[in-house]
Amino acid sequence: MIWLDTIVQGVLLGGLYALFAAGLSLVFGIMRLVNLAHGDLIVLAAFLILVLVTALGLNPFLAALVALPIMFVAGWLLQFFVFNRTLGDDILPPLLVTFGLSIVIQNGLLETFSADSRRIGTGALANQSVSLGGVHVGLMPLLTFLSAIAVIVALNQLFYRTALGRAFRATSDDAVTAGLMGVEPKRLFATATGIAMIVVTIAALYLGTRANFDPSIGPARLIYAFEAVIIGGLGSFWGTLFGGMIIGVAQTFGAAFNPAWQILAGHIAFLLVLLVRPRGLFPRAVD
Amino acid sequence: MALLETIGLTAFYSDFQALYGVDIALDAGETIAIIGANGAGKTTLMRSIAGALANEAGMIRFEGEPIGNLPAPRIVERGIAMVPEGRKLFPSLTVEENLLMGAYRRKGKGEWTLDTVYELFPVLRERRRQASTSLSGGQQQMVAIGRALMSNPRLLLCDEISLGLAPVVIRDIYAAFPKIRQGGASVVVVEQDIGQALKVASRVYCLMEGRVTLTGAPQELSRDAIRDAYFGAAA
Repeated sequence: MIWLDTIVQGVLLGGLYALFAAGLSLVFGIMRLVNLAHGDLIVLAAFLILVLVTALGLNPFLAALVALPIMFVAGWLLQFFVFNRTLGDDILPPLLVTFGLSIVIQNGLLETFSADSRRIGTGALANQSVSLGGVHVGLMPLLTFLSAIAVIVALNQLFYRTALGRAFRATSDDAVTAGLMGVEPKRLFATATGIAMIVVTIAALYLGTRANFDPSIGPARLIYAFEAVIIGGLGSFWGTLFGGMIIGVAQTFGAAFNPAWQILAGHIAFLLVLLVRPRGLFPRAVD
Repeated sequence: MALLETIGLTAFYSDFQALYGVDIALDAGETIAIIGANGAGKTTLMRSIAGALANEAGMIRFEGEPIGNLPAPRIVERGIAMVPEGRKLFPSLTVEENLLMGAYRRKGKGEWTLDTVYELFPVLRERRRQASTSLSGGQQQMVAIGRALMSNPRLLLCDEISLGLAPVVIRDIYAAFPKIRQGGASVVVVEQDIGQALKVASRVYCLMEGRVTLTGAPQELSRDAIRDAYFGAAA
């Protein structure tokens, strides 16, 4: 039974990693932009929720709801005025600019909130659990996982069932021809990053309620997110969820053997998948 | 008043000048053809009109208004749609999704809908769920034309739509043109196939090295005059 328990906890943890990764996957899929500040943006959103919770006394879920439009607008502006200027044939400028942004966000948060680690309190919810076929799972991890599935389903619907999603895919194929259809790529990209920031805010809610966070932890979240995207295969949202689950299960198994092995086990699982399937498990994009 | 007019249109690719003062005019309901050899500036002219290439505002007028400096999305809104050279379908979209992309900016009703495009090219209805890349060249060209029509343009720009297609397929595609004109669109076709251009157009412009070297109604133009305008005078 301990095995089953470990697997279930790992899968639920994978939901959190999928939430970290989904926004990254969305932005990369549409505009081939690798956002190195993605993890720091999650931490930034977590601090925003924390401020809303402490200053206004809001429930964390309500605070996240308030943070969603703020982060959408922030993402829109960031893309429109900063990232769009870096896009082109050369892949280096976006890497440098987002790397710089990562440092700016970390130090800005450090100045504002100090290096103390914080946590968003969820009150009684934090300790509640439900029984699933003999395995007890925490309510918050379960909510995290269900939210991840909801986000993946929503992104897939958006991508494959709406005019906006069609425009995303068409622009990703050929921005000049999409322009002839009336698409304005810069505005479309801004909308995409805004949507990615909505996912980031959802991820931040669960990051901040699950464990302590401080301004420096963004890059580590970015690595888990990257690994989930790469394992899943570029351009596939379900692949990203699956990739997150593989990392999560590997980490909980590693931790079950020896707590020191938790992080290492996730990275080893990542490398093993890459050895067997260099393009990930469910690749969609050709490049 | 002409529907579309270019007035001394010049166009550049950084330092390279591709058009040296091109004047063309097109009335509503008319079909004109632009012919010329490779590198004559035909595609540059189309890209300039469609807004893919920026020009001085007053060099291109549509319904009397200067549009030369507008970007492509603004041009589509005004009612000019382009079938780009090489078709340029979106490979990750199905046939129907490609058609729907053409209606991205569209507001209100018009002659062209998915249904009327499928009536124009019935084979596309059977293939509408397929990836656009799985179609034959001729069918892909039909998708590209249908996609442009979906914006209900008043002016349709067709860049080299017969390129790389078998003569029988080209005939099928041009057979759709009377219906396109009935739908209310004026048409500019760019062609290397001079025979086809002379058949479909009421007036022909021949370009060479970025200049108009000949213009007139097809029946007025002798083969020798066209050859000289196309390749340069033999003398």
